[in-house]
Amino acid sequence: MASGERETYLNKEYGIKSWLLTVDHKRIALLYLVSITFFFFIGGFFALLIRLELLTPAGDLVQADTYNKLFTMHGQVMVFFFLIPAVPAVLGNFLIPIMIGAKDLAFPRVNLLSWYLYIIGGALMLYTILNGGVDTGWTFYTPLSTEFLNTHVVTAGLAIFVAGFSSILTGLNFVVTTHRMRAPGMTWSRLPLFVWAHYATSIIQLLGTPVLAITLLLVVCERLFHLGIFNPALGGDPLLFQHLFWFYSHPAVYIMILPGMGIVSEIVCCFSRKRIFGYTAMALALLGIAVVGFLVWAHHMFVAGISLYAAMIFSLLSYFVAVPSAIKVFNWTSTMYKGSITYQTPMLYAFGFIGLFTMGGLTGLFLASLGIDVHVTDTYFVVAHFHYIMVGGMVMAYLGGMHFWWPKISGRMYPEGWGRLAALLVFVGFNLTFFPQFILGYMGMPRRYWDYSHSPEFQILNVLSTAGATVLAVGYVLPMIYFLWSMRYGKPAPDNPWNAAGLEWMVPSPPPTFNFEEQPVVTWEAYNYDEIKEEVPVAQ
Amino acid sequence: MHNSPIATADQEAHQNPALLHHFATEEQQKDAASLGMWVFLATEIMFFGGMFCAYLVYRYWYFGDFGAGSQSLNVVLGGTNTAVLICSSLTVALAVRAAQLGQQKVIIICLILTMLLGLVFLGIKGVEYHDKFVEHHVPGPGFHFPGHVPGHPDIPINQHHAQIFFSLYFIMTGLHALHMIIGVGLFAFITYNAMRRRYGPDYYTPVEVAGLYWHFVDIIWIYLFPLLYLIDRSK
Amino acid sequence: MANNVDALYIFLLVVSGMMTVAIFTLVLVFAVRYRKRPGQRAEQIDGSHALEITWSLIPFCIFMVFFAWGAIIFFQERKPPQNSAEVYTVAKQWMWKFEHMEGQREINELHVPIGRDVKMIMTSQDVIHSFFVPAFRIKQDVLPGRYTVAWFHATKAGTYHLFCAEYCGTMHSGMVGSVVVMEPKDYEAWMGGGGNQPLAVTGEKLFTELGCVTCHRSDTQGRGPNLVSIFGKPVLLEDGRTVVADENYIRESILQPGAKIVNGFKPIMPTFQGQISDEQLNALVAYVKSLSQAPSGQTGGRKMATATP
Repeated sequence: MASGERETYLNKEYGIKSWLLTVDHKRIALLYLVSITFFFFIGGFFALLIRLELLTPAGDLVQADTYNKLFTMHGQVMVFFFLIPAVPAVLGNFLIPIMIGAKDLAFPRVNLLSWYLYIIGGALMLYTILNGGVDTGWTFYTPLSTEFLNTHVVTAGLAIFVAGFSSILTGLNFVVTTHRMRAPGMTWSRLPLFVWAHYATSIIQLLGTPVLAITLLLVVCERLFHLGIFNPALGGDPLLFQHLFWFYSHPAVYIMILPGMGIVSEIVCCFSRKRIFGYTAMALALLGIAVVGFLVWAHHMFVAGISLYAAMIFSLLSYFVAVPSAIKVFNWTSTMYKGSITYQTPMLYAFGFIGLFTMGGLTGLFLASLGIDVHVTDTYFVVAHFHYIMVGGMVMAYLGGMHFWWPKISGRMYPEGWGRLAALLVFVGFNLTFFPQFILGYMGMPRRYWDYSHSPEFQILNVLSTAGATVLAVGYVLPMIYFLWSMRYGKPAPDNPWNAAGLEWMVPSPPPTFNFEEQPVVTWEAYNYDEIKEEVPVAQ
Repeated sequence: MHNSPIATADQEAHQNPALLHHFATEEQQKDAASLGMWVFLATEIMFFGGMFCAYLVYRYWYFGDFGAGSQSLNVVLGGTNTAVLICSSLTVALAVRAAQLGQQKVIIICLILTMLLGLVFLGIKGVEYHDKFVEHHVPGPGFHFPGHVPGHPDIPINQHHAQIFFSLYFIMTGLHALHMIIGVGLFAFITYNAMRRRYGPDYYTPVEVAGLYWHFVDIIWIYLFPLLYLIDRSK
Repeated sequence: MANNVDALYIFLLVVSGMMTVAIFTLVLVFAVRYRKRPGQRAEQIDGSHALEITWSLIPFCIFMVFFAWGAIIFFQERKPPQNSAEVYTVAKQWMWKFEHMEGQREINELHVPIGRDVKMIMTSQDVIHSFFVPAFRIKQDVLPGRYTVAWFHATKAGTYHLFCAEYCGTMHSGMVGSVVVMEPKDYEAWMGGGGNQPLAVTGEKLFTELGCVTCHRSDTQGRGPNLVSIFGKPVLLEDGRTVVADENYIRESILQPGAKIVNGFKPIMPTFQGQISDEQLNALVAYVKSLSQAPSGQTGGRKMATATP
């Protein structure tokens, strides 16, 4: 550390060991940032190949087996190695202790262990990819995955198994931290919604992920020892696998989206200069989504062979879970009402999130309706639906959050002009990529099809979709470039570049290792924008 | 609750080297550790829960063949193991109490007893597994489970269904045994620390938290034993 | 049926479209109208219970309409009409095998007449597939080890895509075919050529060849239950349960006879697992069904005289 330079978590110690053996939640967050970005681009690369193949009806770019591996590994990498960890492990890790006035999470060493588990899982996944891949579909349905494929199902399953424990331990850390580490005066009702969102997320991570773990373990055992737990030819039931799998994998989608919702609340409040509309409703909605989200899993199985009455119950419950999500959209919109709004990059991503999450969520209503679902399930309609939520929602929220807190994390400002350009490219590229897929789905194009030469009428929409994907790709690469650029050449950031509310803005950018000089005592409510006189500074 | 700010915490840190830097008070550290273990146990319940769910579904569907499977398990050994584990939970509770009272020797004795009982359990389990292996009840190419559904001398046992029983038997008890091995290892580490007099009335959290884990492993067995060994036994 | 689905879809589209436009508009309007202006501060509004309740209840009520309408359609889709013509389907990697009751066999192409209720009784030889005809708005997963059912009623002549909609391995995207809907007289013509043996007759022959007839006599003297008229009726099992004798029950009884023993009979039936193909199984099931009073359907051809009780 240079003399005279303020000590921050970045310059406190140098050297590989100080990073790989750190227990500082902020450094661990950066370790995660590097790893998940790496996997994002791997998953994204697979997506690009998929879209290129689908430019033409014939399967002329890759072979059928290769294509099947591409969509499988795109899904596995994106879900388990990017979407599930991204916001909690990067932004959650970095911000939660600071937001609640603590020096670190409750279990810093467990936090580091989480990262190492992620890395081990990631290494197993890379091994799988580099050694021929796996082609079960990210959903691993049996008996296809246990009896009829010769690819690396076991290593893929183990990779996700290990990564799952990373997720569980992160959730454990967040729950205990939120309960026990809040500074004096930081009551539950003063917590930023970002913290509430991660608390709700953590509950899902804790209770849901273990079920996936045991399910994957059973699949691995079945493959290794030729058991018959899920194989009808040996007395097993393939639907049991589906129930166990979806019992986790449905709540998993809420693991992915809830943190994003937390981010959007922070951003919308800051850039409207207003406290959130309906704080209690927003917090309860987060918890409500988490709880009810556990009750709807078989809506992925309406045509799988479940009973008529089971289907009806799950359809009904699926509509219940839509209500809190709707409340959140209305509340964010209402927060903007009579605000004092500026359009920095984070806010642009928040706008995008609100619009696209609304569209994605509404299409969920289509899928929850039994009569419609029979037609569109297993088609591109579903693909479009979940990409609207996960990419149009989650990834945009993640990018918005990265831009919002980048000054805090790195001590630098990103270039605002480029930020806005990238946001625009992402929004346009995204819609062009995925909106045509709704239409494709209703027209009947099934999912996971390598070749559609029997239905050339699908081509034009596929071409549009691929065109959008290339624009989207540029929109994603740009921030990587300028964030890296800003670390050296970006304008040094003040403590509070946005004049935002929240404890994280009261510490320097970047923060010192132990966050606070003195433990804060909180006497103000969340989002106290009434007390903050300044507006958001003009973009630099 | 108003914690005193850093100054007092620093004082305490000087007094108690076990206080980790990021906690304001010892009480906070202890509470966090306790809550952490309870939350972790909740995840373990969900982990085993998935298996219990699969087991219960198949038990319901294939009750005849599963009944035969249960009858082929050695209830004497299984029952002994149950007693062994319950005793080990007693010894671990005594260890925690000894730590609370600062009785250094008693801590060590109780922890060692706990580990011994755990090893006895694993040993008996090993004997049971060996028996299963010898009888060709291990799922795989050599699997052979002749006989009839209990109470129905005319109905032969469905080999597929029986294999599912034994698959679940081995996976469930195997995972349980793995948790026990981890527990024994944990206690070895804690015993080592106890020998270095790390624990006393002002700091016994690791003993308590490990004890919680051990009680949980015990409770899982208390569910496993009747579900696997006892149902349909008397038919 | 397809029209109902489309009607619901359009209703959903309209409501969602309105909602989307509303949110987009509000966000844009607020973003512009309430943009930062010198001298003007944001007005802090905590919330409004009335609003929260309103915009929870109203969407909820609308959602219930979506649910109910969709459920009604689904209910109808799951209840094939009584006298549907039946087509036994065996899906395998990577093709569709169909067998009409008259014995016609088709691969990847299914011929049906206009105006006939057609019930697909489907199973898979290997992994899970899914029978998907977008034009009819129907889809049903096809599972190994059991039958699943889908039905449709075609109203317009034409050739319609048939897709496999559950990922099933390498050539999942090649497991496509068509449903050819024909005018009734064209269908008769198509049916007429071929001289195939009706499926139930095939089943009857197998029933004798495999020795089933030795125990399952058409009187009460057999060592096995009399199979005449059992189809569709409840069966009392010796453990006290009662099950309905549907296609899956018959199939299970042949492959795993020990699973459900009929009350009053000994469990002496041998299993035929591994000894007969799915097609043979289908023929046997069709034969047993034909033994019951109600005429099980045919996909066309000469009308069978309906027995009036």
